[in-house]
Amino acid sequence: MSIDRDTVLKVANLARIRLADDRVEPMTKELSSILDWIEQLQEVDVDGVEAMASTVEVSLPMREDVLAEDQTGGGRPEEVVANAPKTEDHFFVVPKVVE
Amino acid sequence: MSKLTDLTLAGLRDGLGKKEFSAREVTDAYLERAGQAGPLNAFVRITDDIARKQAEDSDARIARGDARPLEGIPLGIKDLFCTKGVTTQAGSHILDGFTPTYESTVSQNLFDDGAVMLGKLNLDEFAMGSSNETSYFGPVVNPWRREGDEAKLTPGGSSGGSSAAVSARLCAGATATDTGGSIRQPASVTGTVGIKPTYGRCSRWGIVAFASSLDQAGPITRDVRDAAIMLKSMAGHDAKDSTSIDCPVPDYEAVLDQGVKGLKIGVPKEYRIDGMPVEIEALWQQGIEWLKDAGAEIVDVSLPMTKYALPVYYIVAPAEASSNLARYDGVKYGLRVEDDNIHEMYSKTRAAGFGAEVQRRILIGTYVLSAGYYDAYYIRAQKVRKKIFDEMMGVLNGVDLLLTPSTPSAAFGLGEKTADPISMYLNDIFTVTANLAGLPGISVPAGLDAQQLPLGLQLIGRPFDEETVFRGAKALEDAAGFTARPGEWWS
Repeated sequence: MSIDRDTVLKVANLARIRLADDRVEPMTKELSSILDWIEQLQEVDVDGVEAMASTVEVSLPMREDVLAEDQTGGGRPEEVVANAPKTEDHFFVVPKVVE
Repeated sequence: MSKLTDLTLAGLRDGLGKKEFSAREVTDAYLERAGQAGPLNAFVRITDDIARKQAEDSDARIARGDARPLEGIPLGIKDLFCTKGVTTQAGSHILDGFTPTYESTVSQNLFDDGAVMLGKLNLDEFAMGSSNETSYFGPVVNPWRREGDEAKLTPGGSSGGSSAAVSARLCAGATATDTGGSIRQPASVTGTVGIKPTYGRCSRWGIVAFASSLDQAGPITRDVRDAAIMLKSMAGHDAKDSTSIDCPVPDYEAVLDQGVKGLKIGVPKEYRIDGMPVEIEALWQQGIEWLKDAGAEIVDVSLPMTKYALPVYYIVAPAEASSNLARYDGVKYGLRVEDDNIHEMYSKTRAAGFGAEVQRRILIGTYVLSAGYYDAYYIRAQKVRKKIFDEMMGVLNGVDLLLTPSTPSAAFGLGEKTADPISMYLNDIFTVTANLAGLPGISVPAGLDAQQLPLGLQLIGRPFDEETVFRGAKALEDAAGFTARPGEWWS
C-alpha cells in the first residue's frame, strides 16, 4: 500500500470529491496499485534533466492590448452565465460563503 | 451506382462536384443509416435539422459553382468539441444540458469548408478511457464481431463513437481527439484510419480539455486519402489557442502518391513487448516487408526509454486533468447538487457528476501535485518526459518514420478489462510516446487476426511532417489492400 486511507480522504477533500464510505477502501487499493506501478520512474536517472511541460517551443504569444471583438473579447455577460444553474443580474449565485 | 453511404469522403466530394447526387440526398442517406444503428450507441445526439439545413446550403453553393473543399460532406463530431447551440457533454453527467454559446475552432473550420454535421458522437467520459466504457451514455459497441461469436466488443477509446460510426458507415468521417492514443487505438480496432497530428497543428480552442499539453484533434476516416482531406480542413493556426503553431498547412492529399522510395523507416526493438499476440508480431513484420518492397530502407532503432512512457503519461495526464476539471463545480454550468455549505455543494456535485474513472484520475492528479509529492512524482515525470522526447527526436534525426503496431491486441470484449485499470492503461502502450513528444502518428488498417478482427499498423513522424506520415500510410494502405467490412448485424 503506497497510499493509506487517510491520505485518500485528504486528497479527495483537496479535489472536492466526496467519497462515499464504501468507496474509500476500493479507491485506496486502486490508487495504491497505480502508484506502485508508477514507482518504476524512480529508477530513471534524471540528474541535470530539465522538466518539460510542453513540446511546443514558442514564447507565449501576446496580442495588442485592445478589447478583442471575437469570442474571447468580453462584453458578453449573458453568454457567460447562460449555462449556470443559478444566476442573478449576470452573477453566479452560490450558497453563503461569509457569515 | 453503389450506395451513397458506401462512397468515401473523396468519392462523395467528386460525385457532388459532378452533380451525380445532391448533398441533401447524401445527408438523408446517412441520417437514415445513423438512425438505424441504435445498438452501436455511437451517436449521443443526431442533429437532423442542422444537417438538412447545412446540406441544402451546400446544394445551393454547388449549384452556384461556389463549392468549398468539404461541401456537403456529412461528418460526425466527437462530443468533446463544443458546438454552438448543440448540447455538448463530453460523455459526462456533470455537463448535463451544457449548450455552448460558441463553436470549437476545429468544427468551425470544418463547417467553413462546407461540412455537414450529422450529430455528436459518444466517447469515454472527458476522453478518459481506452474502451469507451466510461461514458455516462453507456458504452459504444464495435461494429466488428469475432467470427461466429455475438459477444459485444469495444470500439477502443476514447474516440470510440467516432471509430464505430466511421467503421459502420454512419458518417463519411468523424472528428476525434488523442491524448494518449485515443484516435489511433480506436481506429486500429475498428479497421479505420486515424491520425493524430503534431501537437499545435490543430487548435484546441473549444475542445473540452483533458490534458492540455497532450490533447490534439485529428480525423478518423475510412482511408488515408480521406484523412488527408479532412486534416487539411481541421488544421491551421488559431490566435485563440496560445499553443497553436503558426505554420502553413500543406496540401496533404497532393503528396499521397509520392511513395516511400528512398525513405528511411525505423523499427524500434523495444516495441516487441512480452505477451504480444503472434499475429501482431507477424503483421508488423509484414508491414516491414511492404515498405521495403515499396522502396523504403528499413533501419533497426532502439528507444530504451519506451517502457517509461506509460507511467509518465499516468502522472502528467491526471495532473493536468485534475487542474482542468477543477472548473466543474456546479456553479458555472451543468449539474449542481444543492447544499447550504458551499464546500459540500462542490464535493457532492463532483461526486455525483464524475464517473469512477474520472474520479480516480482526478485523485491521482491531485495526489501527484500535492505538497510533498510534487517533486517526487510530477517534476520527475516531466524530467523523464524530456528524456523520452530527446531520445525520440534523436532517433527521428536518422530516420524519416517509425513503424510500430498500433495496439497490443485486437478489439476486446465489453467489461473484459474494466476491473483492472492498469491492464486497461496498457492499451495505449504503442501510442502514448507520440503524445509525450508531440509527434504526428497515424494508424492504418493492415490485416485481420484469426478471429477476423482488424489490426492496425502505426507510423510516427517528425514534428509538422504529416506529409511524410501520409506518404508512408498510403504505401501501407496500398500494400495491405484492406477491404474487409463488419457484418451489418445492428440494423
